[in-house]
Parts: sequence; structure tokens; C-alpha cells
Amino acid sequence: MKRALARLLFVLGLPALLFTLWWVASEGSTNVYWPSLRTILRTFPDVWTGERLRGDVLPSVLRLLGGYTAAAVVGVALGAVIGSYRSVRAVCEPVLEFLRALPPPVLIPVIMLFAGIGDTMRIVVIASGCVWPILLNTAEGVRALDSVMSETARSYGITGTARLRRVVLRSASPQIFAGLRQALSIGIILMVISEMFAAGNGLGFTIVQFQRGFAIPDMWTGILLLGLLGFLLSVLFQLVERRVLGWYHGRRAVTRRSP
Amino acid sequence: MHALLEISGLRKAYEGSGRRTEAIRDLTFSVDAGELVCLVGPSGCGKTTLLKCVGGLLAPTGGDVLLDGRRVGGPPPGMAFVFQEYGRSLFPWMRVGENVELPLRQKKLSKPRRRELVSDALESVGLADAAKAYPWQLSGGMQQRVAIARALAYEPEVLLMDEPFAAVDAQTRADLEDLVRGLWQQRGITILFVTHDIDEAVYLGERVLILSASPTVVQEQLKIDLPGERDQLHTRAAPRFTELRTHVYEQIQAAKREARPGGAG
Repeated sequence: MKRALARLLFVLGLPALLFTLWWVASEGSTNVYWPSLRTILRTFPDVWTGERLRGDVLPSVLRLLGGYTAAAVVGVALGAVIGSYRSVRAVCEPVLEFLRALPPPVLIPVIMLFAGIGDTMRIVVIASGCVWPILLNTAEGVRALDSVMSETARSYGITGTARLRRVVLRSASPQIFAGLRQALSIGIILMVISEMFAAGNGLGFTIVQFQRGFAIPDMWTGILLLGLLGFLLSVLFQLVERRVLGWYHGRRAVTRRSP
Repeated sequence: MHALLEISGLRKAYEGSGRRTEAIRDLTFSVDAGELVCLVGPSGCGKTTLLKCVGGLLAPTGGDVLLDGRRVGGPPPGMAFVFQEYGRSLFPWMRVGENVELPLRQKKLSKPRRRELVSDALESVGLADAAKAYPWQLSGGMQQRVAIARALAYEPEVLLMDEPFAAVDAQTRADLEDLVRGLWQQRGITILFVTHDIDEAVYLGERVLILSASPTVVQEQLKIDLPGERDQLHTRAAPRFTELRTHVYEQIQAAKREARPGGAG
């Protein structure tokens, strides 16, 4: 009980401190671009009404989920192929390094030429940025499959899709999740940026609209909401990860305890 | 008794960086159905290579491996492998029961049959309660028991064991040796057991094949004429046991000397 309380204090301590600092520092601010936190919080419920959540936040989240899921499927599939075959790896490596080095936002104008200015474009932009960490981490995880595990699978006739599904991808899952985690934060950034180009709704669009209309407190509430959204997604991600990688964390705890 | 496993003229050479390393020169021996044969030899003599060739995990450079008259080209369903590195051979993301069950799924056995085989195998290695645990929650000796249970549930004609107890402590090792003897007697399976430990080979085997240093040939085949019922205390103290282990020891020393002609032992 006492330990749980101490933990809660650790978790909430810094956010509470920062919140208080912001509150105190901005209190009584007369700067138009730097409204007080009190004003921002008072504006929040007026701006983010149910209608706006449905009309702007939901489309954003759906785009993010669409692009992220597509990136996960493509990244894991290609990563598994690249990680499994040395020759494929040798051919793909230079190209991958090049493509990974391209910042996805610069691709938006190009992607717009092919995919138009609708949701498809935005989903493609999100996916094209998210795919790299997933792909590269999957390839690395698949490549690092333990030789004894691989031989065990072979000697017991575990081949083909069963080997891929039950051995290869499971053994690579800690790396795959590391990639998925990186991709999630990239995805949120690209979701916002892609909505700043030729959009009619979405979180990114709304925030830019507020800024251009000098509705500065409203703009700040949008930024706050984005932060909350990112935090929520990260918590959800952790829940899933803890379920899927329970074995991994458990084993690491055991090996750390014993010499 | 008929020869279940026949190895004839087996050769294995590795090609690497322009240099050809001959690991196994010429091996010919057979294992009868229901026999427990131990392979023992000096360290680095290619025992693991040999066992992997027998199990179809490595392709030999020449010669044949026949299981029940059929040529072994890849891992056959009639063989099960127990590796030395139990920690890397069991899948850490599966519970003990799932580890034992996975090969049976590949055999397309029905679910009730699988369940029956899994619980029977776990019970016979003394781990009936551990099905729901993860392998890494168990001690090293228990993990190797799980690996043995997985091999048993697979219902192989031949069980191949590659220095399975090299990484566990002495007491656990003695328990596991007795477990293998016991399972062999109860189930009448055929076991080919590779070890570098001379005592272990003599204690376990009905027959011991002494291998030469690399490039490997069979130095001697030795029948172990100890009684069928063996136990750690009395068998190891018996004069005949001492004679046999001395003989094996001398043969291995001789094998090492031959490998280095003119060199001082």
C-alpha cells in the first residue's frame, strides 16, 4: 500500500510540478501569444465539443490507425523476408538506408501527385514514415534468430508458416515492438503535418486554422489535446506490449537476478 | 533385434576460406532397435557433427544414414533431438506444455491425442505440475527434463541426445542419467547418446563407441556387460565398472596420441 502510494507519487510528481509551474508563470499574462493556463483550460471545453471530436479528432485518429496498421503489416512482412535471406538483405540494404534517410514530410508534395489530396494521401504519408523503423527492426530481429532454436524447429519438423508464425516472429517480437513504438511517435507527427496540407478537417488542420485566425488560446488547447492523445496511445501501446512480451520481460528479470 | 539405425562410410568435410577441414573421415556402425548406445571421444572430435548428420540436420559429404532401411535426407519424423543448450532449445515465449505440444501440432495429431501425449511425457520426467510454467522459471535440470519430455511426446523411433547433461551440476546430472536409463527401460526406445564424459558413457550405455580424434573414425566398439539394473552408488563402485572406464580412458588417450604422431602426450 505504502509502496503503491510512493509509486503514484513518482509517476505524478513531475507532471504536477510542471503543471503548477506553467500555471504560476502564465498567470496574469498579457502577452497575446502566451495566454495564461487558466484561460487555456477555460477555453478547452468550448473548443473541443462532441461535434468537434467527431468531426476533427476522429478522422485524424482513423487516418493514423490506417497508416500505422498498413505500415505494421508491410514492415513486418518485408522485414521478415529481408531478415530471412542474406542475398535479399545484401541487395536491399543500400536502398533501405537511402529511403530511410528521406524525411517523410518532403515526400508529401510527391505523394500528392500520385495519391491526390484526400485521405489516401494522408494515410500513405503516415505509412511511408512509420514503415522504416518497423521494417528495419523486424529484419534485425529475424536475422538474430538463435541457431539452436532454428535447429530445434527443423529437427521437429516445424517448417513453413508454422515456423514463421510460432518461432521466427515470436523470437523477433521484442525488436518488432521496439520498431512499432518508434513508429507510433513518427505516426502522430506525420498525422499532424499531413493535415496541414490541403485538408478540410483533422487536428492538424484545426490547430493551423486557429493560429491563422489569431484564436491563440484555442490553438493552445489543440496542442494540449495532441499531447493527451499521444499519451493515451502510448499507454494503450504499453498495455498491448506487456501482454505480448510478458515472457520477454519475465525472462529478463530472472536472468538479471541470477548471476 | 535388427539394425534400426545404420551408418555406413559417413564422411563430413567443411569447405571454408579455401581450406578443407575433414571433420569425419569414415564412420560405420549400427544401432539395434531398443539399444542404448553411447558415443564418446576426445573433445573436438566431431561428435556433435556426427549426431547432426545422423539426425538429418547436416548433409554428410559422403556415406549413408539409414533409419529402418530408409535414407535420411532431412530431419525424419522418426527421430527426436535433445540439445545440450536447453536454454536455447526451448522456446521462451511458450509455456512448458506448449513447448512439448508444438511438434505434435506439426504432426497433425488430434487435440485429445496431443493432450494425452503431453501430460504422459511430462509425467514420466516428473514434471506433471509444470505444464503452465514458462521454461525460464525452472532450474536448468528441469528445463532439460522438459526438452526430454518434448522428445518423448514426439514418439520417435530413435532419440538422439547431444551431450544433454554437460551444462548441469553433478547432482542434477546423476538424477538425469537415472531418468534416461529408466525411460529407456520402461519405453524400450532406441537411444544414441553423445558425451565427452567417460563415466557417463559407461554408466548409461549398453554399448560404447569410442571415437578417434578428428578426422573421426570408430576407434573401438565396447559392449558394457554391467547388469541392467544400475544405480549411481553401487554400479559406479563395482570393479567391472572401474575396469571398463579405465579401458575407455586408455583408448581415448591412445586416440589423442595417434592424432599427434611423434608429439609428446
